[in-house]
Amino acid sequence: MSNIEIKNICHKYQDINGEISAIDNISFTANDGEYISIVGPSGCGKSTILSIICGLITPTSGSVLIDGEKISGISNKIGYMLQKDNLLDWRTIYKNVILSLELQNQLTDENKQYAIDLLKKYGLYEFKDKYPSQLSGGMRQRAALIRTLASKPEILLLDEAFSALDYQTRLLVREDVYAIIKNEKKTTIMVTHDIDESISMSDRVIVLTKRPAKINDILTVDFGKDRSPMKVRNDEKFKEYFNKVWKELDIHV
Amino acid sequence: MYSKKNTLLVSDERKKYLKQITLEKYGILSVQVFILLFFIFIWEVGANLNWIDSFITSSPSRMYATFLNLSKNGLLKHLGVTFYETIVGFLLGVIFGCIIATLLWWSKTLSKICEPYLVVLNSLPKIALGPVIIIWVGAGTKAIIFMALAISLIVTVLELLNGFLSTDKEMIKMAKTLGANKIQIFSKIVFPANVSTLLNSLKINIGLSLVGVIAGEFLVSKAGLGYLIVYGGQVFQLDLVMTSVIILAVVAALLYKVVTLLEKFTLKSIRRQ
Repeated sequence: MSNIEIKNICHKYQDINGEISAIDNISFTANDGEYISIVGPSGCGKSTILSIICGLITPTSGSVLIDGEKISGISNKIGYMLQKDNLLDWRTIYKNVILSLELQNQLTDENKQYAIDLLKKYGLYEFKDKYPSQLSGGMRQRAALIRTLASKPEILLLDEAFSALDYQTRLLVREDVYAIIKNEKKTTIMVTHDIDESISMSDRVIVLTKRPAKINDILTVDFGKDRSPMKVRNDEKFKEYFNKVWKELDIHV
Repeated sequence: MYSKKNTLLVSDERKKYLKQITLEKYGILSVQVFILLFFIFIWEVGANLNWIDSFITSSPSRMYATFLNLSKNGLLKHLGVTFYETIVGFLLGVIFGCIIATLLWWSKTLSKICEPYLVVLNSLPKIALGPVIIIWVGAGTKAIIFMALAISLIVTVLELLNGFLSTDKEMIKMAKTLGANKIQIFSKIVFPANVSTLLNSLKINIGLSLVGVIAGEFLVSKAGLGYLIVYGGQVFQLDLVMTSVIILAVVAALLYKVVTLLEKFTLKSIRRQ
């Protein structure tokens, strides 16, 4: 487990038509094993924050620290999950899962065994020689998560990771992914536009303002220890949290 | 086709539907064959009854005689020459096309610099370069292969580059977050994602190479199907011209078929379907 600190991040996009300020001085910390979600109006720069944390974009100013150590560029301590599973359809599930090891020249027997163990643990071992097109949407997303986990990241970033799935599948995959993440004890930062999702999964919800994104409020979600995304939907406090986030988001048509 | 067990499960509507599909398929095929036979028949009868001048139009029976004569007198050699030139031009076009497209994908700046030149070269009728090619590389097989290359290369480059550039951005992003460098992005994501683009461009390429070879043989050659056609025209032997054109049509169709089979086979072996 690791903690991650985001310190005074600002980012401006340069464009031929001018300069767009996407993020304005954002700071927060995700503690060991904590699940944080970031919600905000669409187009407010949520995904930019994740791109900065994982090193795809260098911020205009500010820094990202993992366990107190400043990181720059792509770090193998961070795993990123995108909206689409992006499984390569010309590779088998196993070959997809070890892609991260392959790209980082970490294809040791030990790491391969770890990937196989993950596949076994999360019920995809018997599908390891199948191709992505032969799997259901939920299984594909699980395979994508295992691919991310195979390189043993300390911190997971989820970028609208469930929004490409249909409603029923989404509920199931959330449950699934949540259990896996908790089981693997990963610190997680999730970006979503779905208020339900943010409350049902995370320990804290960061609500952003419109662009340029600033932190509007940080809401602590407490459903006790024994929680799962499905279970907490029936909790009395769920509605309360929902209304709070909704109010903070201040969305107008 | 269907096992007995299956036939028992097939409903009457389904049987009717399947029957209709089969009927339609054979219906179309028989009309196609009929058109061909009818055309040959009219041509032959027309020539025999002097409706048309078979000295100018030739006739199926004369073409058949020419074909028999040709096959005893070096048809294989001519076929071999054209085939060889086409395959070499084709392979060179594919190899250089891949290399150039990769370079242009690699460097956005290079691709931007080259863009206007590619556009002009693409729209230029390459046959106009014939005389220049002959002077530069000499009148011979080399010039013909060069012509085939000139005609097929730019199209291959543009087709492949377009495919490379339209690779799913999310997939590239995914690879980047997993720590891929640019070489890996190309070899593990962009290239494999474009195998079908490549195979598709092969189909266009084989046809264009043949165009280039025939055009080249028209200009300079001592053998080949293009040579036979030009020679036949010069000595006013329309039988030879027509026969060669028909043989060429068959060769073109066969080459296309081979590439299509290659495509099917490759796609199957990497399970893209």
